[in-house]
Amino acid sequence: MANPQRGSTAIVGAATAGFKGVPGRSSVDLAGECALKALAEAGLTIQDVDGLFVCLPDDTLSGLTMSEYFGIRPKFTDNNRTGGSAFLTHTEIATLALNAGLIDVALICYGSNQRSSTGKLMSSARPFEYESVYNPIFPATSYALSAARYMSEYGATEEQFAEVAVSARKWANLNPEAAMQGPLTVEDCMSSRMVSSPLKVRDCCLVTDGGAAVVMVRADRAKDMPQKPVYLLGSAAATKHRNISTMDDFTVTAAVESGKRAHENAGTKPSDMDVVEIYDAFTINTILYLEDLGFVKKGEAPAFIADGNIDPGGTLPVNTNGGGLSCNHPGMYGMFTIVEAVRQLRGEGGERQVKGAELALAHGSGGVLSSPVTNIFGTEATL
Amino acid sequence: MTSIDQANFDGPGPDEVYREFLGKGAFKLQKCGGCGKFQFFPRQMCSHCGALDLSWEDAAGTGEVYSVSLVNRRPEKGGPFNVVMITLAEGPRMMSRVDNIAHEDVKIGMPVKARIVEEGAFPFVVFDPA
Repeated sequence: MANPQRGSTAIVGAATAGFKGVPGRSSVDLAGECALKALAEAGLTIQDVDGLFVCLPDDTLSGLTMSEYFGIRPKFTDNNRTGGSAFLTHTEIATLALNAGLIDVALICYGSNQRSSTGKLMSSARPFEYESVYNPIFPATSYALSAARYMSEYGATEEQFAEVAVSARKWANLNPEAAMQGPLTVEDCMSSRMVSSPLKVRDCCLVTDGGAAVVMVRADRAKDMPQKPVYLLGSAAATKHRNISTMDDFTVTAAVESGKRAHENAGTKPSDMDVVEIYDAFTINTILYLEDLGFVKKGEAPAFIADGNIDPGGTLPVNTNGGGLSCNHPGMYGMFTIVEAVRQLRGEGGERQVKGAELALAHGSGGVLSSPVTNIFGTEATL
Repeated sequence: MTSIDQANFDGPGPDEVYREFLGKGAFKLQKCGGCGKFQFFPRQMCSHCGALDLSWEDAAGTGEVYSVSLVNRRPEKGGPFNVVMITLAEGPRMMSRVDNIAHEDVKIGMPVKARIVEEGAFPFVVFDPA
């Protein structure tokens, strides 16, 4: 039976900015810009916000930072840090807070200027001495160890992994906002520089700037707002480790749990989904999560992807904005899975629009395949 | 109501104890008196069942490569080097590296044997082909 929270809240404003670089502007500026744009789209102002949800990569007190910046006094501030999946938990907690009457307008925002400021992936993660003495690249080697094990167990090839990146680029080429565009072939990926075997540069997400924000209100109010509401039908989180070395099985993530519970809450199943947005920090993510979320059986994702199923026009449109591999990756990409799901369900996808999309799954990943969170969104027709 | 004996939390923490053993040349793992399973990394409770009844046991020092990645490094700095995950004979897995073999020859499934090295601030465990 579906959860009573199903469809009780909706996203009524969404905005993104800065994927192609914003030198001279801070992470806070980016989050602020997106917040103001998302609120304006919803016909609201920053003064209407009484629930603030935020996570900045370089600021552990970012909830306070953004309140101060906006000059607001939220009744509820959430600065949860489950990694790049934090924002998909924010939608869940915002829903509970909205329905409890604790708040009336939830603003979820994010910004990072990592490319302009450092040119590297920003992380506030504490070093783990049981790993750091062996000099892995964090986080690439963690994902590489998962990828190597996966290839060994299931006979997948590096060329099949490259197909994930090629598919993401095909979608990015349809998205004017994407930071990386142009042709990309399997051969290009295979000849890109090795980072931590078997992962090469094109198996790794971009390092970009970027921000995003969404505004959530209760469903009864959403109906009368300017934008087509996108309802949260179900959400679920699961955490099973922090460091890759304590992951029990390197080929199975906790998305098995988050996906199952999210579908139970939403009253849906994987085959109902019209659009899928997955946090693809590395090509292995798309493979593992498509399997663990139940779209294909374990071991089958590489062939499924190589057959073109997740490409534009394929049977299962995945990462329709170009994903972290080709659209943007400011450090905590989970937020962008939500925004792209919203745009697809509103029919705003332009050239990349999936026709008739009514149900979308957004899936965040935190840590190193550690803390997945799954959100399922639907249009009014799915209520 | 139950109470927990404060003695469980007195003295040096598990990380410290683990390193002290390594400093004396002993690679030890925690074994749970409750469920009988071993764990790595060291903690003050069993991560399988939550019990506090942990003992330090000598590790067999044998294991098998569960996964391997060659981390890219410029040739002038020594070239690519291996980082591995080892499944220990006792069950737990740990990150490490395999020495005394060409990096590219380290393969999943390869049996290995532990050795303690002191290269930095504290001793740690690496492996050789068994």
